Parts: sequence; structure tokens; C-alpha cells
Amino acid sequence: MKVGIPSEISPNELRVAATPKTVKRLQKQGFEVYIQHNAGIKANFSDKDFEEAGAKIVATAADIYGKSDIVLKVKEPAMEEVDMMKEGLVMLSYLWPAQNQPLLQKLADKKVNAIAMDAIPRISRAQKMDVLSSMANIAGYRAVIEGSYHFGRFLNGQITAAGKVEPAKVLVIGAGVAGLAAIGAANSLGAIVRAFDTRKEVAEQIESMGAQFLTVEIEEDGATASGYSKEMSKEFIAAEMALFKAQAAEVDIIITTAQIPGRPAPKLILTDHVAVMKPGSVIVDLAASSGGNCELTKNGEVYTTDNGVTIIGKLNQLPSQASQLYGNNLCHLLDDMGKAEKWKIDMEDAVVSRAMVTHNGKINWPPAPLPVSPAKPKAAEVIAEDPKIVAERKNKKEGTSMIIKLVVIGVLLLAMGQFAPGEFMQHFTVFVLAVFIGWQVIWNVSHSLHTPLMAVTNAISGIIIVGGLLQTKDDLSNSMVMTVLASVAILVASINIVGGFVVTHRMLKMFKK
Amino acid sequence: MIFIEKEIQTAAYLFASILFILSLGGLSSQESAKRGVFYGIVGMAIAILATVLGKGVEGHVYIICAIAVAAIIGTLLARKVEMTSMPQLVAILHSFVGLAAVLVGFGSYLDPATHKLSSAEHTIHLVEVFIGVFIGAITFTGSIVAWGKLEGKIMSKPLLYPGRHAVNIILVLASIVLGVMFARAEGTDGMMYLYIMTAIAGFIGVMLVMAIGGADMPVVVSMLNSYSGWAASAAGFMLGNDLLIVTGALVGSSGAILSIIMCEAMNRSFFSVILGGFGAVTSSGEAAAMEGEVTALTHEEVSDLLKEAKSVVIVPGYGMAVAKAQYPIYDMVQTLQKAGKKVRFAIHPVAGRLPGHMNVLLAEANVPYDIVLEMDEINEDLPDTDVVMVIGANDVVNPGAQDDPSSPIYGMPVIEAWKAEKVIIMKRSMSVGYAGVENPLFYKPNAEMLYGDAKDSVEKILGFLKM
Repeated sequence: MKVGIPSEISPNELRVAATPKTVKRLQKQGFEVYIQHNAGIKANFSDKDFEEAGAKIVATAADIYGKSDIVLKVKEPAMEEVDMMKEGLVMLSYLWPAQNQPLLQKLADKKVNAIAMDAIPRISRAQKMDVLSSMANIAGYRAVIEGSYHFGRFLNGQITAAGKVEPAKVLVIGAGVAGLAAIGAANSLGAIVRAFDTRKEVAEQIESMGAQFLTVEIEEDGATASGYSKEMSKEFIAAEMALFKAQAAEVDIIITTAQIPGRPAPKLILTDHVAVMKPGSVIVDLAASSGGNCELTKNGEVYTTDNGVTIIGKLNQLPSQASQLYGNNLCHLLDDMGKAEKWKIDMEDAVVSRAMVTHNGKINWPPAPLPVSPAKPKAAEVIAEDPKIVAERKNKKEGTSMIIKLVVIGVLLLAMGQFAPGEFMQHFTVFVLAVFIGWQVIWNVSHSLHTPLMAVTNAISGIIIVGGLLQTKDDLSNSMVMTVLASVAILVASINIVGGFVVTHRMLKMFKK
Repeated sequence: MIFIEKEIQTAAYLFASILFILSLGGLSSQESAKRGVFYGIVGMAIAILATVLGKGVEGHVYIICAIAVAAIIGTLLARKVEMTSMPQLVAILHSFVGLAAVLVGFGSYLDPATHKLSSAEHTIHLVEVFIGVFIGAITFTGSIVAWGKLEGKIMSKPLLYPGRHAVNIILVLASIVLGVMFARAEGTDGMMYLYIMTAIAGFIGVMLVMAIGGADMPVVVSMLNSYSGWAASAAGFMLGNDLLIVTGALVGSSGAILSIIMCEAMNRSFFSVILGGFGAVTSSGEAAAMEGEVTALTHEEVSDLLKEAKSVVIVPGYGMAVAKAQYPIYDMVQTLQKAGKKVRFAIHPVAGRLPGHMNVLLAEANVPYDIVLEMDEINEDLPDTDVVMVIGANDVVNPGAQDDPSSPIYGMPVIEAWKAEKVIIMKRSMSVGYAGVENPLFYKPNAEMLYGDAKDSVEKILGFLKM
């Protein structure tokens, strides 16, 4: 099977669908790899790198589309690219099927089997092929880096000889993959990070990344069965806007990541929010391409408003890193589809059947909804008990049972003293006290020395040798059996003593700091 | 020959007892442990000398011969044993104590001196002999079976048959009846009862250990350790010797504590382990279905992950012992440390087949003990750890123990490997661990498998790391 990678024709697209590393991986999967001349140049991969990794360089896109069984792309194909495709070709790229109906129709007419990487369902099995997540991760990181570049101060607080520097405050709106990545990056640069999301369930994730979770005092959960958020009620939005306005006046950098699939991005930062922001503050709008979360965002532009707020509507894609992750996602999908040997388009498969938007000339979109986040089971009603009272009750219970036990033991001992001869009671006293001493001493033994402990106790339990020593007789005539028994006992007990001590010593010698 | 007085002998015994207690107490830390062994050796030497020099001891020739032969055998055994087969050595040494207790019991019964005791004392003595032989015989056969299981000569699957509890109870009752008849017999006429009881006790010992599965071996070995102590103590009672009683009691309680620690580490009651049959339990509810997918890595990818990580935690298990992978693992650890990474080991109390087994293996490979941590010490650090490598362990990292109430190991404390950024599980295959439980960890999205022999895999990873 042949896999082809054409150059991206859009001038704004810097990524490429394969890197030298993923080319190696594709070959391991059994594919022959063809790549168009200079396909990776914008992502800093030269033809030479690809050739060294084992790919064959092809001069034109037409050659790629003509030769390959599978084509890997980043951006959705332009109409003239579709014209070059042959029937039965499998093509993997972003497609945005909800917005690109005419393109889907054309692909279907050409009988191209197109897989939309952006339509991979968000189930745990498919996480490794989820390009939205892998790209969002980059975007979140980049948002913080570019935001701080345009922001004229440190992000972390410092106390220097020249004076004290306050840490910057960063507000992240939307805690999806991008939002969480942004929180993590901002936090590790030392900023004070706050985050907002309509889905209550992400509060824990936000806090685990080191941000403070902001919320509005209205009970409404924005989570949906598909794992994305939904649009919220009017009251909720009003409260949200008030919160954003208050925050806007206070924070230094706002990063917005709110997107609703298939619709324009919600407007969250309004003109009057921007107006109250401090001069020098920055807004990074990751939703710029779908209309922007900020009313003033200009897609593809970075500019400064009249009151000195920089609004970033365009991010560097980190093409080299992004290509690597995107390429890995593609490899994982091909891996899942059986590699070269057992290649199969399995329309029963939950991932393939959803992402394959055109198949054998038919449009397969939109797919049936697939719930992912497991429905939270209703928490059983727990009657809260004051832990103090519980502890007290337990204490009391233990106290009573202890008294009962002691009384029983006392009675048993008295009964024993009644019948047993004095010598036995003396030995018994020694025995019980020794058990107590052993109990106290052994609890202190370090866990890591349990094996040496067993070996040492092995050695000293060889003390049973004393029994044998007391039983051997010089005169074998009438105590032959006894002496033989005793000698064997001495023999095995001594093996224990010597063996136990030697092996313990050997072990302990190994324990070094 | 010089003889020492009875009082001096008693004083020597007291001194030896103190030295034994100090010896065990010394094991509370690595620094004082070596001194502890020294105390033990001195104590033992004093005890033996004081006994041999005591009045009425005869047969010095036999004694010296037996000790000399034993010293050679013991030294050879201890020198030659591999650290990975430590559990077998410990088990076989337990059986020796059991055997010695049986022999001393028989000898004591035959000893004409004991027949001169008053009738109440004589009866008590007979009961002591009977109990001593009973415990000794169970320890003897039980330890031999345990040795066989550890050595792989006997299948490690629990041998369970219906009504085995009833059979065991009947056997114990029969022994008690025999004991009553034995105590009533004149002179040495009770020998027959003693023989039969010894056979029964031996059988109980075999069945007791046969019914216990491989994963419960640490508990069994420590339980037998405890029995060997009680057997010595019982011998002390029958001989009226306080030194034996004290030492036996020390060993007995030591073994009991180890058993308790092991049981707590598996969240199982002592009795459920002793009664056997773990792994055969049917789970109480529908086991949680496995979600997600198992993904495997190559050695090169693992080494790349390690190169990127800042902190690495290694969780070794029995698989490491089997593959003898501790040496290449420490090589790998040193390579990572040289690259400025924080590498530590996390040891679960029941990892391996003997309490503290993993610590000894790592020490053998010169791993400094201050980077070897216990489960409780490491668990809170795991969320900040980049890579956890699970090498030949399974049940001790099973998240089902915390979140799946239907899992048979639910409630057992485990190493929370899944909380780390990435978990690499090195395993020979996808098979279940000794507890026979599926491990949901393998299906977690941050978990990756690396199949193959642990030693071989670590060596390959090391090769890529050094490139």
C-alpha cells in the first residue's frame, strides 16, 4: 500500500501531515511513503530529512494523488485538489463536514473515501487519534507564550533588589484541552491563574492544573452527553457577563477558548469589558477563526485598541511540533485500521464509521450521536455523622471489649494457677512476657528488613538445638534411639543456626546508602 | 571436663535471651542491623556453650560431629543461595526447626528421667510433648510444601476440595482424642498414639499449605516462621528450659506480626488466608467492564519517554525477581540519574514471595536504600511523577482495589501508579496476576504496555538510553 503526502496549498497552513519520525513509523506499519517536493519546508523538515527517513520524493501533487492509495493531508482539500483524486482513494485530513457540504458532495461524487480527522469521536479508545485535542494543547500553550510576549511585564512575582514585582493575573475562559494547557503553561510561568467554564465537572481538573475555579451563583450545568458544552440560559449569561466585567478590570491577560461545534463562537468579552481593562493588558482569542469570543477580535490580526489593550486573533502554529503530533494521530488511526497488511475500512468500527464522512460515493454525515462522558450516577444519600461522635463511640466500644477480654484472660489464668504445678506457672510467666517483648520489638523492624528478619529468626529458632544437646548420651546400650534422634535434631538445628546467620550477614552487607 | 553450676548456666541463658532481643531490635534500621546479627551470633554461642558445659550433658562426640557437619552444610547453603530464591531457603530452614522439634519431642518422651516426675507434672509433661510434636510436624510438612510451591515443584494453584474444613476439624479432634489416650498411657506405651498423631499433624500441614495460592505465599512463609517459633517454645516447656521458651516466643510473635502486616497489605483477614482458596473466590457483583484499549510501546519509545521525564518511579514485582532484572534496572537508574533525573523505587509490602523480598533483591544490585521507598511514602508523590515503570508487578498497582467494589481485591492498599503522567507496564503477556484479577490499569489512556522478559527489555531500553 502506498501512502502519499502532498504539500499544503494554503499559504497560511504551515503544518505537514508527516514528519521524518512518522514516516519511519508508517514504514514499520508496512506502507510505502511518497512525499511531495518541499512539503515539509514550512515546518522545518527538508526533503533530505524525509529521504533519510525512507520516503520517496515526488515532484508534483498530481503524482501523489495518482500514485497513492491513502493520502494524508492537514487542511481540507481545495476543489482543484479533489479534481486530482482517483476513485477509491482514502484521504485523511481536517474537513469540518458541518460547514463544508459542497466539498463533501464533490468528494462523494468522486467516490473518495474521506476521513475527517476533526470528526473522530471523543471516546477514550480514540484519544490517541484526536487531532482536536493534540492541536488544542499546542494552541493553549502558545496562547500563554504569545500573550506574555505582548504583555510588557513578568508573569511571576519577584522580590528583587530593585523592588517588588506583582505576579500577573491570567483569566482562562473555557477549560477544554486548550484551556487546561493554557492554565498549566501560565501557572508554570508563575502567574496567578483563574479559570471559568460552564461545566461544573471540570472544576476539579482546573484546580488540579493550579488555577482557581470561578463560578456564577446559578445552578445550571453546561455539560452535554457529547462532552462539549451547550449554550446556556439568559439568566446564566447575564451573571456570567457581570463576572467577566469584574474580572476584566482586574486581570492582565485573558485567554478565551470557548467554542461550540458547528456554530459561531459565543461572544463572551464585550466591548465594554475591553473598555474597563488596564492599558497594557492582553486578550488572546483562540476562537478567532470561528468568529472570536471577543467582540473586538479581528481574525488573523494582532492589534492594540485605543485604550491600550492588545487583542491577538492569530497564533503561530508551532508547525514543527504540530506536524509531529498531527502525524502521530494519523499513524494511530492507520494502526487501528489494520496497518498495510490487514488494511480494512470497517464501517462497524465506532471510530471509523463516524470519521468516514464519505464512503463509496455516499455522504455519511452527520453520524448518530454518541454519548461519551459516563453519566454520573446519583450519589446515594449519606446521612452525615459527626466524625467526632463516631470516633468517640468507637473508642468506647473498644474500651468495653478490652475490659471484657482482660476479665476473661484473668479468669483463665486463675483457673490455670489452680491446677498447674508451680514450675509450669513459672515457665508460663516467662513465656507470656517474652511474647510481649517480641511483639513490641518486632513492630519497630523496618519494612525493608523483613527478609533479613525472617532469616535471623530462622537462625535463632535453631536454639532448639539445646533440646538435642540435653538428650545425647554416652552410653548407647539403652538409649540408642534417643541419642540418634537427638543427633539428627542437633544436625538440622545447627544447619539453621549457621545458615540463618550467614545468609543474614550476606544480605545486610548488601544494604548500602 | 569442666562443668558449670546450674545457677551460672541460668545466668548465661538470661544473657543469651537479652542478646537475642537486642538482635531483633537491631533490625529497626539498616545501620544497626549488622550489629544485631553479631549480637545474635554471640548469644547463640553463649547458649550452646552454657548447655554443653552444664552438668549431665553426655555424648560430646556426637554433638561435635553433628555441629561440624551442619556448619559446613549451612555455610554452603547460605553462600550459594541466590537472592531470588531467598523464599525457598527460608521455607526449608523452617522445616528444619519443625523436624528438630518433632525429634526433640520424641527424645523427651523416651528420656527415662522424665518418668520419675510426680503424676501431675508427668501428665503436664506429656501434654507438652504432644503439643510440641504436633506443632513441629505441621511446621515440618507445611514448610516442605511451601518450599515445593516456591521452587515450582508443586503447582502454586490452591488445591481445594469440598468439605476440606470438615476434614481438617475431624483430624484436629482425632488428635485431641489421641492426646488424651497418650497422656493416660504408662511408661512409653503411648508411643503408638504419638506416631499416629505425628502422621495426622503432618497431613494437616500438607493440606494447609496446599490450599493456599501463590499470591498468599508471603503470608504462609511468615505464618510458618511463627509456627517454627511456637514449636521451639513448646520444646522449651517440655524440657523446662526458659531460654527455649523465650527465644521461641520471640520468633513466634515475630512471625505472627509479619503475617499480620502481610494480611493488612492485602486487606484480607488472617483466617481467610489460612483457610485458603484465594483466587477461587467468585466476585460479589458484575465486574466492571474494561473500557478503553491496551496500547503497546517499543523499547525505543520507552527510552524516549524516559529521556523526557524529570522524575521516574519504578515499581518492581515478582516478575523482576523471576527475570533477575535488578542489575540492568540499576544500570538504567544510574544512567537516568546521571542525566539529572529523580529516580526512586516504590515497594508494595506484598511484592514478591517473602516480606521485604524486593528490598533484598535491589540491595543485591547495590541500589542505595534511601531511594527505595514504601508504598505510603511514595503514593502522595505519584501525581507529580512523570513516568512510572511497573516491572513485573500487577495486583499491587490495580486501581480496581480502590474503585471497583466487585473486585476480589477491593480495599487492598495499592500503589497509585495511574496518577502519574505516564505509566509503562512491563509484562510478559496480558495474563492476569496471581490474584486472578483483570487489571483496569492496562486500559487507562495514560498506560502503555511493553511486552517481553523484564531483563531483556530493560537491557534494550538501556541501549537506547545510552545512544
